[in-house]
Amino acid sequence: MFGTASRGNSFRANTVQKHPVHKYPHLLNFYDKPPLDDITLDEFETFAIDRLRILSEIEASYVRNRSYDELKAIVKAQQAKCMPLTASSEKKEIVRITEAERRKDHISHFVLRLAFCRSEELRRRFVKAETSLFRVRYDMELSEDRKRFLESRNFGWMTLSREEERDEVLMNDLRTVNPGETLWYKVRWMRVPNLVEKRRVCLKGGWAYVPSKEQSSIVFQEFETRLEAALELTAKALPRLDEDTRLMPVLDHLGQGFLSGLSVASEYSSAEGLGDGEEVKAEMIDDLAEKHWPMCMRHLHDCLRKDRHLKHYGRLQYGLFLKVVGLSIEEAIVFWRKAFGGRITDDKFNKEYKYNIRHSYGLEGKRTNYAAYTCQRIITQNQPGPQDCHGCPYRHFSADRLQTALLASYGPQGLSAADLPEIVSAVKQEHFHVACTKVFEATHGLPRGQGLDGESVTHPNQYAAKSREIEKAKLESAGAVKAEVKDDNAMEF
Amino acid sequence: MQVEDDASAPEVMMAFYKRLYPFKSVFSWLNHQHAPTRLFTHREFAFTLQGDVYIRYNSFANAEELKKQVVRLNPSRFEIGAVYNARPRDKKTLRPGALQPLQRELVFDIDMTDYDEIRTCCSGKGICKRCWGFIAVAVKILDHTLREHLGFRHILWVYSGRRGIHCWISDQEALQLTDEQRKSIMGWLEVIKGGQDMAKKVNVRGQPNRQLHPSLQSALQIARGDFPRLVLQDQNCFSTAEQTSILLELLGNKEVEARLRKRWAESSKTSEEKWEDIKREISQAKSSGKDTNNSLYRASEDIVLQYTYPRLDAEVSKHRNHLLKAPFCVHPATGRVCVPVDPLHVDRFDPETVPSVGQLLRELDDLETNAGTDGIQQSHHSGQKTSSALPKVQTDSEVDWERTSLKPYVEMLDAHISSPSLTGSSEIEMLRPIYGRPEPIQTN
Ligand code: SF4
Ligand SMILES: [Zn+2]
Repeated sequence: MFGTASRGNSFRANTVQKHPVHKYPHLLNFYDKPPLDDITLDEFETFAIDRLRILSEIEASYVRNRSYDELKAIVKAQQAKCMPLTASSEKKEIVRITEAERRKDHISHFVLRLAFCRSEELRRRFVKAETSLFRVRYDMELSEDRKRFLESRNFGWMTLSREEERDEVLMNDLRTVNPGETLWYKVRWMRVPNLVEKRRVCLKGGWAYVPSKEQSSIVFQEFETRLEAALELTAKALPRLDEDTRLMPVLDHLGQGFLSGLSVASEYSSAEGLGDGEEVKAEMIDDLAEKHWPMCMRHLHDCLRKDRHLKHYGRLQYGLFLKVVGLSIEEAIVFWRKAFGGRITDDKFNKEYKYNIRHSYGLEGKRTNYAAYTCQRIITQNQPGPQDCHGCPYRHFSADRLQTALLASYGPQGLSAADLPEIVSAVKQEHFHVACTKVFEATHGLPRGQGLDGESVTHPNQYAAKSREIEKAKLESAGAVKAEVKDDNAMEF
Repeated sequence: MQVEDDASAPEVMMAFYKRLYPFKSVFSWLNHQHAPTRLFTHREFAFTLQGDVYIRYNSFANAEELKKQVVRLNPSRFEIGAVYNARPRDKKTLRPGALQPLQRELVFDIDMTDYDEIRTCCSGKGICKRCWGFIAVAVKILDHTLREHLGFRHILWVYSGRRGIHCWISDQEALQLTDEQRKSIMGWLEVIKGGQDMAKKVNVRGQPNRQLHPSLQSALQIARGDFPRLVLQDQNCFSTAEQTSILLELLGNKEVEARLRKRWAESSKTSEEKWEDIKREISQAKSSGKDTNNSLYRASEDIVLQYTYPRLDAEVSKHRNHLLKAPFCVHPATGRVCVPVDPLHVDRFDPETVPSVGQLLRELDDLETNAGTDGIQQSHHSGQKTSSALPKVQTDSEVDWERTSLKPYVEMLDAHISSPSLTGSSEIEMLRPIYGRPEPIQTN
């Protein structure tokens, strides 16, 4: 598919698709063969982004030490959103749906292989996340369908011979290790290292006797081993693809997204109304910034107040963010005019800045209603220079400076020095959004790992909106409590 | 002390490498075939020079080249590492991180220092025939599980020259193990865990009082054969007050502990007698029906394991790129040669009778003064054996070791090399399902 990319709108396959229906009889897929049908550039990217969202959640789950069950629930929810997979059925209309869904699953997997085969680190992370995704799907699959899938390919396991079954010593050993079990499969022990490590199997002459209950271990290990090998091959073949100028930027973008641990897209736009409809006035910003802004915006705000100025990318990053928070164009002009104060003349402001503000609200030029930047974009693009205030502090500050800034900004909201080691360690592993999520948890009195309704921070506006939502809920319940207290008091006196 | 007894003297080591070190045998053992393969040419060697200079990432085209360099550098010892995807000596010309280990023998290291808390005859760097007993039982247990459970056949045991033993496994399957698989073997093997502050170091039952895993049952069976002689009689491991309270604590039964403590305080008892008392407690508990879950018996099993089961240095085994001292090197402190050990006769092995470099060189000197030059010339030819088809490696040392007490040890390695499992593809290999290339089964 990808190697033969021609210069059209879509990628031509070199073989004609023979069985339009039932190309994907199983929901589970080992991805042995690349997709061979036509794929539009749009599909190429959007499919991949949807898969990336799921994989990013899986990665975030490791970093936050979520249990397998929690991971499963999160993947399930995320999958329902971005890449639903319907169970197999004989019914024609359902087949049409499953074929399309599974095609997307198939294609997106292969696009991400291209994006993630290029460094050892990326390969390792991709294999780990994909294997987890496979495992979750395998566990969720209906047992009948799972059985049909297992029968559809050769896993190379053997059943016990007659002699073995009659060997009382052997059978006794097997029952000792796996009480209550009646069926075993034989594979070389190297294929189930995790079972060997924990002595959950019997070994004889290098063969592992795997109880049927643990059969899935063989399947997962096989999935992992094959994917590792396939990625290495892809990595070797990839240089040929560099020539395709349409694909490389997309792949780079995806790779960066994964490296920063964030899902791409989910670009918030003001239309989504994250400011919960309530109008935000210019004079409210100082207060909001102190209570609800993530570190990146907090830093921009403080710089603006200190220097009475922000450079171009800083204005862009902060301005678009404020737009989504709910600052109207009129209020925005008030806000920025005041912020610059006497440093510039009204004339200069109107000429140079007002236009840009109106432009970012889609009222000038191409009239695009620009979306606020995602974390992914802030982290990976327009790297700030020494004089700049934009960017993501978790990514762009030194460890020392970050810690000082965090304590200064969030200390009053409950962040303590004891929280810092975990945050710094997430930063060291380049999981910047996880560090940001930890700060969110610490400053909102949330249990570790809870995040923003189970998700990590992927967008500064999501951070701010959630923070305001929590405050609102608190105020309401506090109001209720106060009312009760008043009543109590009334009783007493 | 004569000068040749001092293994740190450069001229002694030089003479040893020139005349005695069996380069050809070591080459064949690593390479599996006559003509050099990547198993040798892409193999890392590391040298420790006099004065503790350490040089890594050496590699050689053949045995001759290796010998030349060893003689030139005259290291105090050298180590063998992994087979890489490129020649290790080209490391500097490769891009960083490009040199990756691919294959490596599976290796184990057992060192007597890990036995200091249980051995009573020596401590620290010392070792004697008596405490070798711990190594002997460890070898028997490990050798058994490596062959019977993990299915390896090509296992070479090598005395480390002072107080331990190394194990090298060269089966195809072993060479190809990933680090993850090596780690899983360590999980399978490791039984003794926990530091000084933990009396009970055997916790392998999953749930308390559950039956041992069959592989550990077989280990226990071997251990039981040696436990009375080694632990009770020879080492007398439960004689001091401190040792005794550890033993009692390991029983994990307060009532029995109190009773035995009292009885043993009344009259002094040997380790053997104490163990008899424990056995009696076990059978009484059983017949009286008090010990329904066999906990006392299970505890006694764990004690036997704690005092006999191999104590492995896990880090050595887990990574393909770990280096391990080459067989037939000389231990700088003892002067003894790191000779192969026959696991079937490991009980009879006495580290104190292993030939030292000084002794070997003296043997050569004596021969020379007795036989004169003609005799040596002759033995050169008679010693040429069947090696005419092999690349001509060296002359002196290949024959000189034959005339010393090093001979039986080199022959042991040679016999090990010619066993079919090293070169040919074994039955297991053929039976093995083709991995990584599955074909769909027709389901109807
Ligand atoms: S992670 Fe996102 S929200 Fe948090 S500081 Fe960085 S860019 Fe801002
Ligand atoms: Zn001793």
